[in-house]
Formats: sequence, structure tokens, C-alpha cells
Amino acid sequence: MIRVDEKGFYGKFGGAYIPEMLHPNIEELKENYEQIISTEEFKTEFNSLLRDFVGRPTPLYLASRLSDKYGAKIYLKREDLCHTGAHKVNNTVGQIILAKKLGKKRIIAETGAGQHGVATATVCALMGMDCTVYMGELDIQRQRPNVERMKILGAKVVPATSGSKTLKDATNEAMRQWINNPVDTHYIIGSVVGPHPYPEMVAKFQSVISEEIKTQLKEKEGRENPDLVIACVGGGSNAAGAFYHYYNVPEVRLIAAEAAGLGISSGKSAATTVLGTMGILHGSKTLLMQTEDGQVVEPHSISAGLDYPGIGPVHAHLYDIGRGEFVAVEDEDAMKAGVELSRLEGIIPAIETSHAIHALNMIEYKRDDIIVINLSGRGDKDLDTYIKWGGY
Amino acid sequence: MNRIHTLFKNKQERVLSIYFTAGFPKLENTVPIMEAIEAAGADIIEIGVPYSDPIADGPTIQDSNLIALENGMSLKKLFAQLEGFREKVNLPVVLMGYLNPIIQYGMEEFCKKCQELGIDGLILPDLPMHQYLEEFKELFEQYGLSNTFLISPQTSEKRIREIDEHSDGFIYMVSSHSITGAKSGISDEQKAYFKRVKDMNLKNPRLIGFGISDADTFHTASSFSNGAIIGSAFIKVLKESKNLETDIKEYIQSVIK
Ligand SMILES: Cc1ncc(COP(=O)(O)O)c(C=O)c1O
Repeated sequence: MIRVDEKGFYGKFGGAYIPEMLHPNIEELKENYEQIISTEEFKTEFNSLLRDFVGRPTPLYLASRLSDKYGAKIYLKREDLCHTGAHKVNNTVGQIILAKKLGKKRIIAETGAGQHGVATATVCALMGMDCTVYMGELDIQRQRPNVERMKILGAKVVPATSGSKTLKDATNEAMRQWINNPVDTHYIIGSVVGPHPYPEMVAKFQSVISEEIKTQLKEKEGRENPDLVIACVGGGSNAAGAFYHYYNVPEVRLIAAEAAGLGISSGKSAATTVLGTMGILHGSKTLLMQTEDGQVVEPHSISAGLDYPGIGPVHAHLYDIGRGEFVAVEDEDAMKAGVELSRLEGIIPAIETSHAIHALNMIEYKRDDIIVINLSGRGDKDLDTYIKWGGY
Repeated sequence: MNRIHTLFKNKQERVLSIYFTAGFPKLENTVPIMEAIEAAGADIIEIGVPYSDPIADGPTIQDSNLIALENGMSLKKLFAQLEGFREKVNLPVVLMGYLNPIIQYGMEEFCKKCQELGIDGLILPDLPMHQYLEEFKELFEQYGLSNTFLISPQTSEKRIREIDEHSDGFIYMVSSHSITGAKSGISDEQKAYFKRVKDMNLKNPRLIGFGISDADTFHTASSFSNGAIIGSAFIKVLKESKNLETDIKEYIQSVIK
């Protein structure tokens, strides 16, 4: 059985390794979130916002030309059609309602590519809540349009200037600011990472993805279970959402695409399961890219959303017990897969998502297999990267 | 007897603990800084083990961590530098560090090495109490290391009692809702929190840290506790120093005067 235990562990991974200053916040969340999200009131508000604001259910689309090319029946779960352009908003809608019920007045968040920052700024605008987003100084330069989107939405964007000035440091900074503002502030973490109960809470909010896949596939194919589900993994929230209701259905293969960057052994990679070892980062025990001395190593990926040195503890567990199959996709292959999908299906994917598309070339499957690829986001935010790369 | 216990047996007031990051400002400064802290009249030395992602620390200590790592500091290197330091330094010595580098070194090996070298205690800010009790308490005890937990203004009375029960050495009172970093002054709200904890009559001595920077904040904090801890303000002194020995002496004496 794949599920989180009382102490917040998935097998060997997870837990809440946090400074005592955060203990009251984490306790408050842990004690209340399951109760709150199981109320009818919460469910009604969450589901109506997902429907009317986010635009759910997102289509499960049979990609015929892609299917022809790869020789399988490939469906795309269109999270790219969510409001704000990616799955991230499923989680922020859930957490903002929760924050309100907890009586919080302010929201803080970290962001890498800016997708989670935009999704957070969006729900804060929707609810009239004060919003501050921490973003690595380097990412602010790389992802300018998303920075401006957050500002238009009324959020404050604060550069994280420490360390490598990317997602990891933005997360450090958000945690520090939570320590500084423990009472009135809720921290909306953007992936299935961080101290318990965040990984499970975020996965639950994202689990709407696999819930819908089951119903939609039943309608289209007369069966709830595909043979394979493929998703990209940065922290792992879109993958957790797409896998959630299949964790304990062994006949469904779960394929996770990590970012290999310039190549596994190039020193410029973010392929955590290949390069990582057990460690502690951002409050949880997980697989982590680190030196022999336990210092966290700077990852690299062409997609800012996968540019993270760890993975969520549930994915470390899926890898550890062999339930998940992990592939590492290089920058160049991901970019080409993005162009391929654009030309075969008329969908320009986010570069994160392109890693999941390329995974089709790296795994074995049978001719009549039904494959669902979680199309986590659209490529609008990545135009600059596509242009700089230029290979189209 | 553990030097921390001996210290608090003999001195219950105005205990001054000084924190610095190992490997900062220069890689080889570790033992000379310890000697200077002792000569200047402080009571406890806290050595910070640098980490790439110190989430409870403000900009000053973040920077010192980063520079120390760039200088080549690591746990192995630190232990090599500390070989034989007990011939030169008598004060209680506490290692303060985030969990990950220690886990990579191996917790048991780490504890064993600390005991061999003459280290008295540990402060591991991201080691939660229940995890400590489950996994590490026996090891710490086996190797004679006292463990210090943090509390903050948000910590409930019930939890402070639990922490008191499982602490051995002293309790680290974080002075406000805050990461490390020197601020000016101590507010009435902070004083009320100090007093509230003082009136709980805990079995462990209490040292107040975060935001203590000079004689005024040191003595104010000490009037509600057994003493205080200075970190960021001391790191700033090191950063600007042209002569470590004299600057350390001058600074520490200006605090305890
Ligand atoms: C479109 C898209 N997919 C995937 C990710 C990676 O995050 P996760 O692994 O949590 O799904 C991001 C993050 O920014 C994203 O924007």
C-alpha cells in the first residue's frame, strides 16, 4: 500500500525536519487540514472553483497523430488548459480556501518558473488576500513575463539573493519568512515537497487529475485504468496528482520523467533519482543531490520548473520500492519533443511537460497499450527559451 | 562531568555563549577564534557547522556559511582542525549544525568523534524532538553529549515542559518570531515572553539568543534568564576584523562589562 503514515513518512521518506519555530505552524496545519478538507462546505467551495474558475474537468484528449507515430493509444490529460496554464492552480485553490478557514491573512509562496507564483497570486487576488512570492534572483531574470503577471495580479515579488538564487533558495527564503511571520501567514508550497503534511496535502489537491482520468477513460475506453501514466517530476506535484488513484493499482505502470539537463554525468543535471542519495531538504527526508559532505548540489535543467535538487518523498518511495519507473530526459531531447507535439497535435507544451513526452522514446510498451500523458502545462511561458534554443 | 553541567553548577547568571561559523572568515581560523573567545571571558563556545541551506538563519549567518563552504570547510575538515584543541581551550564547546551534513557523516560516527575530541553538546535546529527521542537520544547519552532544543514565543507551555524534560544542558530561547540576525533593542512583548518562561521554573538553565548584539541587549536578556547567546553580531565583528585576537577581545569585553 502506498500511503503516508501518521508520522508523515512514505516508507523511509518524508517526516517533518523543521526548526522548532515552525513547529506550531506545522502542528496547526496537521491537526486541522484533514478535518477541514473533508467538510462538505470545503468540498463544495473547492469543487465549484475548480469547475467555474479553473475550468475543470480538463479534457482527456486522444492524440491520434502522436498515437500513430508511437504505435500506442495515447491520451493527453490537458492540464495545460487550466486557468493560468498549468496544474499548479489546483493546489493553490485548495490551499487558499484552507488558509481562509484557518483565519490567515497573508500568503507567502516560493516559485521557480513562476507558474506556482502566478497560480498563487491569482487565487490571492480572487480571495482578496495579501500575497508575497519569493523567487530566485536568477529566475526573476529568466522568467520576466511571469514576474510581471504576478505584479499585475497585485502580488509582491521578492528576490531570493542567497545561494544559487534559484528555486531551492526561494524555498529557503519563504521558510525563513514563515518563521518571521508565524501567526497570520500561510505558506502555500507549490509541490509535493516540504515537511509533513505538505506533501500529502498537495497531492490530495492534485489528485483531481487522476480522479478525472478514471471517469473519462471509463467513458472513452470502458475501463478506468490505462496501462501507463507518464508525468514529469520536478518536486512531483503533477505526477503525484496523475498517479494518486493508481498508486495501489499494480497493473498501471507509473512513469516519471526527470530532467537530465545536459546529461547525467555532465555535472549539469537535475536527475535526482540517478544522482541523489538519502538526505534532508526543506523539512523532509528524501532523495537529494548532494556532495559527500552533505551540501546540497546545484541542479540544472532547461526548464525552471524541474530545476530542483530533490523530489517529493512519495516519489523517492515509488523509486525505492520499484513502483515507479524513472527516466531522465536531456534538455535537447525535451525541446525536440516539445516541437514534435506542437506539430503533431497543435499543442505547444511547457518545457517541463516536454520531458514527459520524450519519455515515450525511453520506455517499452505494447502496440495496443493505452497511455495517458499528463500534459502539465502550456508553453506560453517558455517562448523565450524556445527562441533562444532555436531548433525548430 | 560534562563541562556544560559544570559551568551552570558554578555560574547561573550572565552566562555568555558566543557562536561563530567554522571556516569563516578564513578556513584555518577555527581554533584561534576559540582561544580568543576564551581569553576574552565568554563562557560557552558554539561552533556552527556550515550548510548550504540554513533555513533558520538570516543574511549574516547565511553569508558566513557560504564563505566557509567556499573556503573548503566540511565536518571532516572541522574535526581535523579540532584534533587536540582541548590542550588549548577549556570552555564548554557546543556544535550547532543542520541535520543533513551530520547524517551524511553518520550520526553514530559523529557522536563518537565529538566525544573523542572533547565536545560537550549539540544544537541541531532541524532535528525535531520526537525524532530525537526515537532515533538519537540513546546515542547522545552514550557519548556524553548534551542536547539543546530551541523554544520560541509560539511554543506552548505544554511543549516547553516536554522540551525541558528531554533537554540536558540548557534550553535555547529564541528571542522573537525570527530567524537569526542582530536587531536593535528588546521589546516589551519579548520581555513578557522571557518573564513567562522564567516563571515556569524549568529544571534546565535558559539562554536567550537571536538578536542579542551588545551590552544592553545582553544584560537585559540576562535579567530574565541565565544568560544569552550572540551569533550574527559576532560574525559581523569577524567579518570586519583586521586583527581577530584584539577585535574579539574588545568586542566580548564590551558586551560583558
Ligand atoms: C508546467 C509545469 N509542469 C511541471 C512542473 C514541475 O512541478 P511538479 O513536479 O511539482 O509538477 C512545473 C513547475 O513549475 C510546471 O510549471
